[in-house]
Amino acid sequence: MSAVSFSERPRGRTQHRVQRLLIETGSILLAVVLLIWTLVPIYNMFLVALDPGGHNEFTDEIYPSQPTLAAFTDLWTAEVEDVRDIWPEFANSIWIGLVVMTLTALVGSLASFAIGRMRLGRDWTITTSALLIYVIPSSVLIIPFLRVMHIYGLMDNPWAVIAAEVTFATPYAILILHYYAKLIPLELDDAARIDGASVVQVYLRIYLPLMAPALAAVGTYALLFAWNDYFYQYMLLSSEDNTTVAVALEQFFDDDDAPWNYMMAISILYSLPPIAIFFALRRYIASGLTAGGIKG
Amino acid sequence: MSVTQEAVAVRPVSASAPRPQPSRRHLHGSDFTWSIAFVVPYAALFVAFVIYPMGYGLWMGSDPALYGELLADPRYRRAAVNTALFVGLAVNVQMVLALLLSGFFARRRRWIKMLLVVFILPWTLPAVPAYLSFHWMLVAYPQGLLDNLLSALFGIESVFWFHDGWTALACNIVAHIWKWMPLWTLVFLGGRMAIPQDLLDAADIDGASRHQRFAYVVMPLLANLYLVSTLIATIWAFGDYSPVYFVSGGGPAFASEVLSTLGYHYALDFANPPLGVAANLSVLALLIPVAVFLMSRLKAREVLL
Repeated sequence: MSAVSFSERPRGRTQHRVQRLLIETGSILLAVVLLIWTLVPIYNMFLVALDPGGHNEFTDEIYPSQPTLAAFTDLWTAEVEDVRDIWPEFANSIWIGLVVMTLTALVGSLASFAIGRMRLGRDWTITTSALLIYVIPSSVLIIPFLRVMHIYGLMDNPWAVIAAEVTFATPYAILILHYYAKLIPLELDDAARIDGASVVQVYLRIYLPLMAPALAAVGTYALLFAWNDYFYQYMLLSSEDNTTVAVALEQFFDDDDAPWNYMMAISILYSLPPIAIFFALRRYIASGLTAGGIKG
Repeated sequence: MSVTQEAVAVRPVSASAPRPQPSRRHLHGSDFTWSIAFVVPYAALFVAFVIYPMGYGLWMGSDPALYGELLADPRYRRAAVNTALFVGLAVNVQMVLALLLSGFFARRRRWIKMLLVVFILPWTLPAVPAYLSFHWMLVAYPQGLLDNLLSALFGIESVFWFHDGWTALACNIVAHIWKWMPLWTLVFLGGRMAIPQDLLDAADIDGASRHQRFAYVVMPLLANLYLVSTLIATIWAFGDYSPVYFVSGGGPAFASEVLSTLGYHYALDFANPPLGVAANLSVLALLIPVAVFLMSRLKAREVLL
């Protein structure tokens, strides 16, 4: 038996080496393909943003021959007609995002406190209703939603956007908070109650401080949700004062003579905050993704 | 442990210390009021912005004649075919590729970890900028980047991607895959990482080849995750109007519309909101079975995407 394995060894080793070489070459080829696939549309954003013309002047270029940061500096000075309102628009986007973040954390934590800590309902009711909203696409709801907003008198009102985004971000927030809260022993609440704390005090002094990491996660989720949403903003906001960046981009897109270099410069700026947040938090996002894991 | 054994095991404990559970379940007086007060903000939002519009929509689309009108409209039939193609192709291609890529990214190499950071960029981009770039890259007149690349590298003449409904639809599908494949790759990567290493070692010791290890160890463990992810991706793809709206614009002449964008056009461009609602409700009819099946497969912890 040992003789057999001995005679087979050398061939096995070269075979192994060839196989490993093939795998390495394959990996590198795949990496190149993936890089091209991922980066071409992103490269295109920079190509257009750095183009001096922008106003539909076209060449066969695949790299910027006369790259210029004019599109970005014009945004900064905001003296060109097309982009005069860009900073108020950014302010609107940031304002809506921050309010949605705060309200989602607040409304979500109140509801999850009542359901989880005060044992108002059962697990499956919240998870089911949360999932239901999570899976219904907004495009299905939008037409009656607009009608209802007319009835409420909330058209062209940033609070309508905030209300809509909080409504759709909160179910997922409740879900996360609910499962995080299970890590905190209920005995803490009971001890505080025996010591004479009111419900509100338990919520403020025990629940909120202990839930801080989950609240941060939920707030970030809501902020990104509001930042990435354009549908409700586009549908509900119309006047210049209320326009957000997402709406401005959409309006550029509808314009036949759109200044594409400005549009792409704005797109790049608008993409930076979420990318920064994702990369700052990528360890937590990765662990959040694995939390689902294969246990099911 | 059988029920009787459990009861036996519990009895001595419960005899010495009264079990607190039953009394905890009931809320009394002011506690109950407070707990209701805490839920009211969300309940109010839910009723005002989900239940009421939903009911309103069902009422708007309740006339059966609307559905006859839809079926008689060639634009609707084309959009239905497009939706089936969009969802079927986009979801399955991105899930299979994501599953395979997760195996690639699971390799413990530094450069592969760095590549992953670049690879997830499309997922982190907001939808509007990402799809706008796709649109601009593909427009043949004025010339877009892709055509320039094709002609520079292979001497291929400009392709009018958006002049034909089928190529326009293909562009939308590719854009959707580009945006969402990184997320599912991360999900499957997380699933693979959660597989206990000793299982894989055991398979290696038993002499399993790579393919056998994938087919008999990894895949059975990932099957539920794959199914749940596919269902979620299906539901998202049904409702994803952004690539259609921004990449092809639904053109030419509504040839690349899907149901979710067509409903919008009926309502706002043709001033026929009930017909738009009916078009959207016809999607919902397909979505509900998927959603119900999803719920039945899902333990809530798995939704932590």
